[in-house]
Order: sequence, then C-alpha cells, then structure tokens
Amino acid sequence: MSTETPTTTSEGAPPEGESVGYEGRRRRAPKSRPEDEGFDASAPLLEVRDLQVEFRTRDGVSRAVNGASFSVAEGETLGILGESGCGKSVTAQAIMGILDRPPAHIAGGRVILRGVDLLSLPEETRRKVRADRIAMVFQDALSALNPVFSVGWQLSELHRRHRGYGKQEAKKESIRLLDLVGIPGAADRVNDYPHQFSGGMRQRVMIAMSLALDPDVLIADEPTTALDVTVQAQIMQLLADLQAERNMGLILITHDMGVVADVADKICVMYAGRIVERADVHSIYANPAHPYTKALLESIPRIDLKGQQLASIEGLPPILTRLPPGCSFNPRCAYAQERCTHDEPPLYDVDGARQSACHYWEKVLAR
Amino acid sequence: MSETTDAPAEQTSPRGEIVLSVRDAVKYFPLTQGIVFQKTIGQVRAVDGVSLDLHRGQTLGLVGESGCGKSTLARVIMGLIRATSGSINLLGDELVGMKERDLRKARRNVQIIFQDPYASLDPRMTVGGIVGEPFLIHPEVAPKKDRRKRVEELLDVVGLNPEHINRYPHQFSGGQRQRIGIARALALRPQIIVCDEPVSALDVSVQAQVINLLERLQEEFNLSYVFVAHDLSVVRHISDRVAVMYLGKIVEIGTEDEIYEHPTHPYTQALLSAVPVPDPELRGHREQIVLEGEVPSPANPPSGCRFRTRCFLAQDICAQEEPPLVRHADTGTGQLSACHFAKQLDVVHATR
Repeated sequence: MSTETPTTTSEGAPPEGESVGYEGRRRRAPKSRPEDEGFDASAPLLEVRDLQVEFRTRDGVSRAVNGASFSVAEGETLGILGESGCGKSVTAQAIMGILDRPPAHIAGGRVILRGVDLLSLPEETRRKVRADRIAMVFQDALSALNPVFSVGWQLSELHRRHRGYGKQEAKKESIRLLDLVGIPGAADRVNDYPHQFSGGMRQRVMIAMSLALDPDVLIADEPTTALDVTVQAQIMQLLADLQAERNMGLILITHDMGVVADVADKICVMYAGRIVERADVHSIYANPAHPYTKALLESIPRIDLKGQQLASIEGLPPILTRLPPGCSFNPRCAYAQERCTHDEPPLYDVDGARQSACHYWEKVLAR
Repeated sequence: MSETTDAPAEQTSPRGEIVLSVRDAVKYFPLTQGIVFQKTIGQVRAVDGVSLDLHRGQTLGLVGESGCGKSTLARVIMGLIRATSGSINLLGDELVGMKERDLRKARRNVQIIFQDPYASLDPRMTVGGIVGEPFLIHPEVAPKKDRRKRVEELLDVVGLNPEHINRYPHQFSGGQRQRIGIARALALRPQIIVCDEPVSALDVSVQAQVINLLERLQEEFNLSYVFVAHDLSVVRHISDRVAVMYLGKIVEIGTEDEIYEHPTHPYTQALLSAVPVPDPELRGHREQIVLEGEVPSPANPPSGCRFRTRCFLAQDICAQEEPPLVRHADTGTGQLSACHFAKQLDVVHATR
C-alpha cells in the first residue's frame, strides 16, 4: 500500500499494524521545519551544477542528463524546454531525489539548496527536505494521487507526518489549502476521492499538495499537458499567482513553446541530455543562438506560413545509448560542418547572460 | 432543430463538389442501470444535431475541448458508430440506416488515422501485414499478387523505407509509426480521410514532418480531410474551413480566416485567447479570457445555450432560448455562429 504521490512517498502509508485513522497514537514529529540541517537562508536558493544522471541498461549506459547546470532564485521562473526523452523530467526527478535507483544512477554533479548539497544528504534528511523545501507537481494527477485515500487524507498526511499536527488540525489545514487553490466548496469536498474530481480540479489538488508545507522551490513537470486549453489557462494563472504571493522559485518543465513564453524568466533548452542553450526568455524567442532552438521555433505553425511547408527538423532525436560523436544534434542540423561530427561543442558564452552549445552560434545569431 | 434550416446557405457556396454532407446528426449513448433488466436512466448527448459539408480536396478542421463530441462525430462520419438520427451523405450514399454489408463497401472511401500510433498498430503484425490488411477486407482493390508491391509503394509514398516491410511496429519511432498509420489509411485509395488528432502524440519537431506529409498527400491524391484536433494552431495551418464544437453542438463554423481572425462566438474567442502565444513580448499586453469552471456533463446539458454557464456575455435569454446556428449579418463576417449576442472581438492568439 504505497502512495504514488511523490510529495508523500517519503513517508508512504503507515506501517503495518497501525491503523490509518489514529494519528494521536503515533509519536509526534517536531512541529518545526528541519532548520538544523545547515540550510542558510542567505545562500542562493537553488543551484544545479554539472548534474550527470546515467541509466544502466542492457544496451549500455545511457546518459540521460549530461552536465546540466542552472540556478533558480526567489520568485524566479526557469523554463526547461525539450522534446520527450531529452532528459528534462529526469533532471527534475534528480533534484527531487525520486529517481528509481537502479536503473538510474547519479554519476556526478551537485544540487545545492540554500548552501546544502542535497545529493550528499542521507536519505533520512532528504525525506524531510522533500515537500518541505522542494515540492513537485506532476503531469498526470490521476496517477500521481492515490485512488484509495480521500484527497483530504492525502493532503493532511503531509502536516501529520512533517509537522506533527493532530487529525483535526491537519484537516482544517487541508480545507484551507483546497480553498487556496480555488476548489469550490472545499469543506464539502475534502473527503472526496481523486476520481470524483475533474482533470483540472485534480491538478489543483496536486498543486495544493505541493504547496502544503510552503516550499521554497516548486518543480512543475508538464503541469498542464493533459488538460484542455481553457483549463490550462486557469492552472497557469493559479501557479503564477501563487508563485508571486509566496516568492517561490519555480521550475517549469514543458515541451510547449507557448506556455514557457508566457511565464518563464529564463529558459534552458535541452537536447539529448544536454543543455544546448540557456538564456533569458526575451532573447531566446527574438534571436535564438542554437540551431535546435531556432528549428523548434520555426516548426510552430504561423499564419504567415499558411499554405507553405512547415519547417521541420529532419530525422529523429538520437537514441541515448548510441549518441552520434561530436555534437549530438549534428545529423539533423542545418549549420553542421565537418568539425561538428567529432568535436563536441562546449557551452559557449554568447553575451555574458546567455550560452549556446554550438560551434557556429555566431552564424546562427546572424541569420 | 434550427441548425438544419440554415445549412442550405452553405451548400450554395462555390467551393466545389461536396463529398460528405452531414445533416442534423445525433448520437445519444444510453446510460443504463441494472444488470439483467437494463433500463435506460438517461442519455449522454455526445453529438446533438450537427450539420456540416466537406468539399473535395479541402480540409475541414474540427476543434473543441475533450468531451465535446468531436471524436464521436468523426466515428459517426466513418460509420464506425451508428448515428441515432440525422443524415450522413457520403458521395451520394446515405449511411444512416444502411445495411451492414453495404456500409462496409461504402466505407472503402473513408479511412481514418488515429491519434496514438502506439495503440493503433498491432504489435504482433509486421508493417507489411498492417498496411496490407485493408486489402483482405476489400480484395477487389488489389489482386493478390500485386499486394506486396502496392504495400511497398505505399511505404515509399509516406516516406518509409520499403525494405522495412517485414519489421514490427516497435522497431519504429512515434513519427514513423504515424506514417505507417497513414500508409494504411491510403491503401484503399479513399477519397476522404478522417484524421483524429493525428499529431498530438508527437514531438514538435516530428509533428511538422507529419503535417507536411499530410498536406503533400492531399495535393497528390486530391483527398478531403476531416481534421480533428485540439491544437488550434495546427488546425489553422492545415484547414480550409473550421468548425468549433462545444458539448455536442457546433457553435461556430466558417472559413479558417473567419474563425481565427473574426471570431464572433464567445466560446471561440475564449478558446483562441487561452492558447499561450510563443512570444514573450506579448506578455501582459494581450487580454486573456479565462473561462470559469469546466465543461458541463453532456448527460445533463444546460437549458438554452449550452455555453451560458461559462459565458461572459450570458443574459437571461440564454437560459430560455437556444441560439440557432445562423449567419449574423451585423457582424460583418460570413460564418455561422450560435450566439444571441454574436459580435466580433479582437483576440490576440497564438497563430497570429
């Protein structure tokens, strides 16, 4: 009976022999936040440095994340943009510490939250950090929520386990949270089960759950991909409002060029496990410095291109266990030269604020 | 139902031969209770009085949120689901009430491309088996000895290597699988292809390849498409005419330009404004209409106008009187719109 809810997996269901309803019997956890782990409130919020995640498969080692570095400050939104299989979700899971290990294996790098390297913490401590300081919203709320517990139970579990609240107190808190994310009649709906909510409402419940312990960083992994556009607009507005109100750092992972353009401050574009371009949102859309970013932007249907062929990126994303030598994008790239087939480009600095992993970024910019 | 009375206005338009004509199509799914003695306790009105025309060589886009009945309508057009009432005229044959044997023959002319290329291909069949299967059902199209050659040609047409004829679906990527699905749909040389969200399961870079392929095939074989999708910018790119559906009804139908540049129905306007624009410079400079709430249940739709519960223009009359799908002369544009208060509104949206 394990809860699939990532914010609660840390604790899971109560141990056997202990019944679910009797919280009072269990030893109470301290009511305070785990401040004693060396977190320094004045240190930068979140920094990821040279993160490497490998999967060991029968076909060999696949490097799902290959040297990702970025940072997020208070109140800032970082968009991570990429196609399926580019490593964006694995990056998020590595930061959260919810990778399945094995097959995944963190081969290197650091994830520094308020001065503490999360990757070096013992599992016991990471468990306290999760949900408390970093929380996550998942794409598919129906499979992320546990179908056999009421929404209120799953929400209040966080307060009971992390804060040692009593049953009544925790329930009151759950109602407050459901109300906060705009669920009408929160007090009546707190005992409903996930299947009784619509897709948009379930995503609101997920957001309520991720905000329960007032985290400093929120990771949203394709939070609106499963939703209709009108509901997507509601959810994105809710996330933006809550972020502004709480001054959280937000990492938004998506493949939708429109969604990031609307909310992100800076953007990392990933391809085949690497960050290929990192820039602020305005310059990346106005003038991309990497051929992949440029091609992605050009493949969006636009009105002035009606009746014409869409610019498509020929070929397919590479298989991670068999990456082409040199630049991973070279077989599909319009700018590729002989050099690209053997010399892997580093992240070149473009103008101090942005970087591009292309030998010929100047040419890409110029056109 | 008032819609049909206004439909003839469309027929007169000089867009060429009509290959498919749907009039007042209705599909109700019964809600039943009991196991041995089932009694009907209600009906899900999935498609509730839809009329539209498809012209030869053109594409009709069908957009709407999930649950609005667009996929049911696509299947009703295919004859895969029998309509409860109404008329579906396919190249001169009436599908509603047709005998199963005749229906099977008529269906040769309409083929479908499904959304999920992972679920719509049998993993135990080779590509050759999948693409050639339609010939088993309609053996008159290709004599047995020609079939292998035909399949190879089809693979070539959709941009796959004909030498891969003996491979299995799992050996292909998502975009390639969708090409297999397209080859299968082309096998019987149909005149109409229903595309049910053909690119929504694909990555952006691959999506463009498949859209380009569909457009090329349309030109090459003079195909007519019914293109069902929720991605409004893709629909705009490929469609000549667009129908917007809400809760089983068409709320607005017109040319691509009319619907996207001069939307008059509040739902169309909200839908267009909800699509995020891939341009950060417009942030804060465009007015977004964020609709309250979600789509009501089609088992118990609101009285009068079905959109009124979420509409920002709703008045008392909307609860009492169902607005007909008519041309509103005062708006200055030509499309049909089912709103008492239809008026043009400038919305900045993703496809500008």
